[in-house]
Amino acid sequence: MSTLNTDIAHLLAGSMLLVSFLLLYQDRVSALLNAFALHAGVLAFSVAWQAHLQGAPHLYITAAIALLFKALIIPIALHRIVSRLGIHQAIETVVSIGPTMLFGMALVGLSIVVMLPVTEAAGAFVREDLAFSLSILLLGLLLMVTRRNAVSQVIGFMSLENGLVLAATGARGMPLVVEISVAFSVLIAFIVIGMFLFRIRERFDTVETHALDLSRAESA
Amino acid sequence: MTISTGSAALTGLLAIPGFGALLLALVPRYRIAAALNVILSSLTLVCAVLLYAYRPPATVFLIVDDFNTVFLLVSALVGFSTSLFSAGYIAHELQSRRLNPRDLRFYHAMYQLLMLTMNLALVSNNIGLMWVAIEVATLTTVVMVGLYRTNVALEAAWKYFILGSVGIALALFGTILVYLAAQEQLGEGVLAMAWDRLVSESSAFDPRLLNLAFVFLLLGYGTKVGLVPVHAWLPDAHAEGPTPISAVLSGLLLNVALFALLRFKLIMSGNPAVIAPGRMMIAMGLVSLAFGGLMIFRRRDIKRMFAYSSIEHMGIITLAFGLGGPLANFAGLLHMAMHSLTKSGIFFGVGYVSQLEGTQQIASITGLTRSQPLLGWLLVIGVAAIAGIPPFGVFTAEFLLVTSTFARSPWLAIPLVLGILIGLSALMIRLHGIAFGDSNRHYALPAWRLVPMALQFGLVAIAGVFLPAAIVTWFQHVAALLG
Repeated sequence: MSTLNTDIAHLLAGSMLLVSFLLLYQDRVSALLNAFALHAGVLAFSVAWQAHLQGAPHLYITAAIALLFKALIIPIALHRIVSRLGIHQAIETVVSIGPTMLFGMALVGLSIVVMLPVTEAAGAFVREDLAFSLSILLLGLLLMVTRRNAVSQVIGFMSLENGLVLAATGARGMPLVVEISVAFSVLIAFIVIGMFLFRIRERFDTVETHALDLSRAESA
Repeated sequence: MTISTGSAALTGLLAIPGFGALLLALVPRYRIAAALNVILSSLTLVCAVLLYAYRPPATVFLIVDDFNTVFLLVSALVGFSTSLFSAGYIAHELQSRRLNPRDLRFYHAMYQLLMLTMNLALVSNNIGLMWVAIEVATLTTVVMVGLYRTNVALEAAWKYFILGSVGIALALFGTILVYLAAQEQLGEGVLAMAWDRLVSESSAFDPRLLNLAFVFLLLGYGTKVGLVPVHAWLPDAHAEGPTPISAVLSGLLLNVALFALLRFKLIMSGNPAVIAPGRMMIAMGLVSLAFGGLMIFRRRDIKRMFAYSSIEHMGIITLAFGLGGPLANFAGLLHMAMHSLTKSGIFFGVGYVSQLEGTQQIASITGLTRSQPLLGWLLVIGVAAIAGIPPFGVFTAEFLLVTSTFARSPWLAIPLVLGILIGLSALMIRLHGIAFGDSNRHYALPAWRLVPMALQFGLVAIAGVFLPAAIVTWFQHVAALLG
């Protein structure tokens, strides 16, 4: 029975990784937002499953936050921002999608190679979980560096945070402080980002950070 | 009695800025808000001084020890004098219409929130709580950097936000790994995140997990310290935000991030089987030192120039703590305190200069010692101090570090001395153009506005000539603790 439990946990964490790849090859903003909502939804299920397995009811709160806030409110709000600001649907990439996907696979390989030997002592369950979350974290970083526009960088950052929440819930009995704080910091981060997007819109016709680069006074 | 005074001071240290942030968000008049800001900051300073004398007992979440009181005092002192400087500075910004009263209300509330989160990061005994505090501190500074809402300010804030968040995310991953390593020995729950427990029990932790964790923590918190190659946000954030924020960023927030890194270094050094964390810190410190020094040469923006000087000095301090041992740690602590006092003072001066001249371009600022003698000469003193010229405290710290490096690993001393000399010559060349030369302009600046700057430079000068025995014993004790 316990193997089945672990398998389900792995299935959910693995699906998150898969959705991370999905995020990597989206070329339209609205599709990217939908993919992120899916990412957060799978996270919510994964966290809820952990809550069930560990008998830790407080984790259900984290799951609920992930479901309501990250999978529903944020994508809806971002959809609105995109349409209200008239942001272009096409996502401008720095590196084209093919090489990005290959690089992403290499990153997953790297995190497995790094994590599995290190966590031998920890239970089989924590091991794969950490490898998955490190992969998601690295893929989030990859998304951030290979996209030019602000919205996809924000999505990259939030998928990275999803990976962190996965790691935090996988670590048994990690104090509640951290989970809630992570959720809250995402909230704060989002407010900040929202403000930024709004302010940037005041001055620019585009939310492409590349356009911001051009206005820089002096090259660093 | 002792315990209750300490507990009260600790509560005050967190409650005063917390209450202040709420209060200042409600005060519409900027003059009253600026005055309240000074009063609140001075009360926080009183609490920090009390904590030096009276220590409350450590709890699972909060701890006050010899180590963090050094940082707390520096932080509260610079926070107080910056609030004084800020009062004069923002009045001018309001007149020149770069900011409006609503911005200022926000600015003052954020200033107190920043003080709260920095104090919380310093006194937290829980590595998760420390992370949360540093994250919120980052976010408050992000919005303050973008306060002017010009194109460049927004770009700087955006860059800072993205790089800072990535850094902070990596640090959280490291924190989770430390918890996992600790959990097997300390059991599940809050105790496995309490820093004092982690340090005393770390010899039994899995060294491979700790190694991996430290790499993430070094990169993550290293981003906030401004270590090369993860420093890219720092010059922009310093140059484009309001100058009081540049002063607290350089003088305080970089220290707090370094403090977090040192807390984890202590956990690492309790375990004999881990790789030496010092080596990585030395490497990053040296690169930052060399890079920062070289970058000073070709800066055209005065605030950007001093931002690179901060990278250089954080490099030196990281190198000192990475080297370890009683003497190098002592030098690192002293350098940290001296750098905070001097650099924030310099930023006060630079803030006035850019307001008077109406520009931050180095090329258009000349002959300050003629146009505004008092400010000009104070700036000369400050830059001489930060460049490491005797008899100032920065020189003492650098001298101690260089001698200790020569004694222990002479090969390391060569790039260290070279780096310090590069920074010194670069600053001297720039200073010459700014401070001396002809100027037919004459600026009026009330002398009292220069008091915070003069006070801080005075402290640095005194520390260079004479360090009270009490401080020496205190620092020696902390240095021994840091191993």
